[in-house]
Amino acid sequence: MFPPIPNPPVTPTPPKFGEADLIRRSASSVPQPAQHLTEVAKLIDVSKCIGCKACQAACLEWNQLHEEIGINVGSYTNPPDLTENTFTLMRFTEWVNPETDNLEWLIRKDGCMHCADPGCLKACPSPGAIVQYSNGIVDFVHENCIGCGYCIKGCPFNIPRISKVDHTAYKCTLCSDRVAVGQGPACQKACPTQAIVFGTKEEMKGWADGRIKDLKSRGYANAGLYDPPGVGGTHVMYVLQHADKPSIYAGLPDNPRISPIVETWKGVTKYVGLAVMGFAAAAGFVHYLVAGPNKVTEEDEENAERLTEGTAPPPADPAQPQGHA
Amino acid sequence: MCPSDDREALPEDIEPGDEVHPGKPVIVDRYTVGARINHWITATSLVLLALSGLALFTPYLFFLTGLFGGGQWTRAIHPWIGVVLFFSFSGLFFRFWRANLPAREDATWVAHSADLLAGREEKMPEVGKYNAGQKGVFWGMSILIIILIASGVVMWDQYFYPYTSIEQKRIAILVHSVAAVVIICVWIIHVYAAIWVKGTIGAMTRGQVTGGWAWRHHRKWLRELVHRPKRHTPAE
Repeated sequence: MFPPIPNPPVTPTPPKFGEADLIRRSASSVPQPAQHLTEVAKLIDVSKCIGCKACQAACLEWNQLHEEIGINVGSYTNPPDLTENTFTLMRFTEWVNPETDNLEWLIRKDGCMHCADPGCLKACPSPGAIVQYSNGIVDFVHENCIGCGYCIKGCPFNIPRISKVDHTAYKCTLCSDRVAVGQGPACQKACPTQAIVFGTKEEMKGWADGRIKDLKSRGYANAGLYDPPGVGGTHVMYVLQHADKPSIYAGLPDNPRISPIVETWKGVTKYVGLAVMGFAAAAGFVHYLVAGPNKVTEEDEENAERLTEGTAPPPADPAQPQGHA
Repeated sequence: MCPSDDREALPEDIEPGDEVHPGKPVIVDRYTVGARINHWITATSLVLLALSGLALFTPYLFFLTGLFGGGQWTRAIHPWIGVVLFFSFSGLFFRFWRANLPAREDATWVAHSADLLAGREEKMPEVGKYNAGQKGVFWGMSILIIILIASGVVMWDQYFYPYTSIEQKRIAILVHSVAAVVIICVWIIHVYAAIWVKGTIGAMTRGQVTGGWAWRHHRKWLRELVHRPKRHTPAE
């Protein structure tokens, strides 16, 4: 058993991290923090999950959210997708293992992965709407959010959702408010089987190693840790029985990375675009200085007058006959 | 001339309301009041769209959201201005498309466009109501606005989120930003040409140009207007 996080003191505790610990801030820059906090991580051991949804309930409760009463869509996954209220969702998959012909019930707790290289933050156009702390937590700051939904396009895991009420984006905060006072996330606290554990990233990797050895000894030869390098690693990691095929777990990306389309849009398009527009404006300015204005002359006016009087010269270019011959 | 068949003989680049008033100087009606109002609604929309769009395009210009009442307002209002632009430009399109069809002299005009920029306008062919450059702006705007409205709807999450996949939205957003950069460049060309060629802006404000302006820049159109058969007004 992983040693549980002790209950907090009853006296108010000052937060352990804040503005000074930001390493990234959307659409703006932050000074390099003086100290780098120990990176934290949540480890979700899919093999130990019993699908009780205590984490889902705890998340709603801690964050004071209420999910709408939905309808049965024929799956235990309820609601059927993440929403602006449901930051975490148990996704149930019935999978027949082709090697053993056994039905395996794969239950994955979906939610923000807290990527080291966060696509949402890189796509965000609004300064300070998405921040990343040096402990690895990626958080949304709602007063700066404009509701454009660019984070949804940036995210490789399809996590953020826009509220229809306040038009800002919501996702798992890794309970940054709880972590700031030395607590683990609400979902971890509620988990009855320690399928969710929380600690430093190093601790979690070490704990995962033990779990993976155990799973391998029970015949899960491909058991492993999901800490995808394509996004620089994540601060929410999974222990998977079949780590060789993450996508069987309700579409967990096999090799997530920020979409190259998003990289192109936020990268080369932005810089080349600004340069091209700047060049067009500058070219006009320079041309005006060099060539001067194109003015109608007295002669032009006289020619027009002669034309209306029927005494103007005929068209210069015989290739363009006037009217019908 | 075949006056018996004057509707057919009317050149395609003469638009309703185009008229020559002889005198000193000669005055030529170029745009009707409807066309001008239509143009300025489109122009205002395009400028507002560029400002609000650029605000979300790059953090350097995010401060422009202040013009629209903040980021939330900018995000909410930009697509609606786009809808106004789309319908307003559609009006311009149906007014102007016929006069912007390709003409024989367009290729010659393009081949000599360096002469124009160098101030040797006498080497340019005589052109109709629109020269090849203006036609390029017209068709460029038309195509780009279709691309922008189509890609814009795909990324208008407030109303159209469920209808496309995230991957399609990513493509739409890239297409939208590239098309926006191009249309802003087309707009710069359009505005610069109006500033550089003196006497042009009056065409879109008062609706008139001088005969000398028409002689210098659109001589074929001026000749057509002068030589076209007298129209029979109801009074006659």
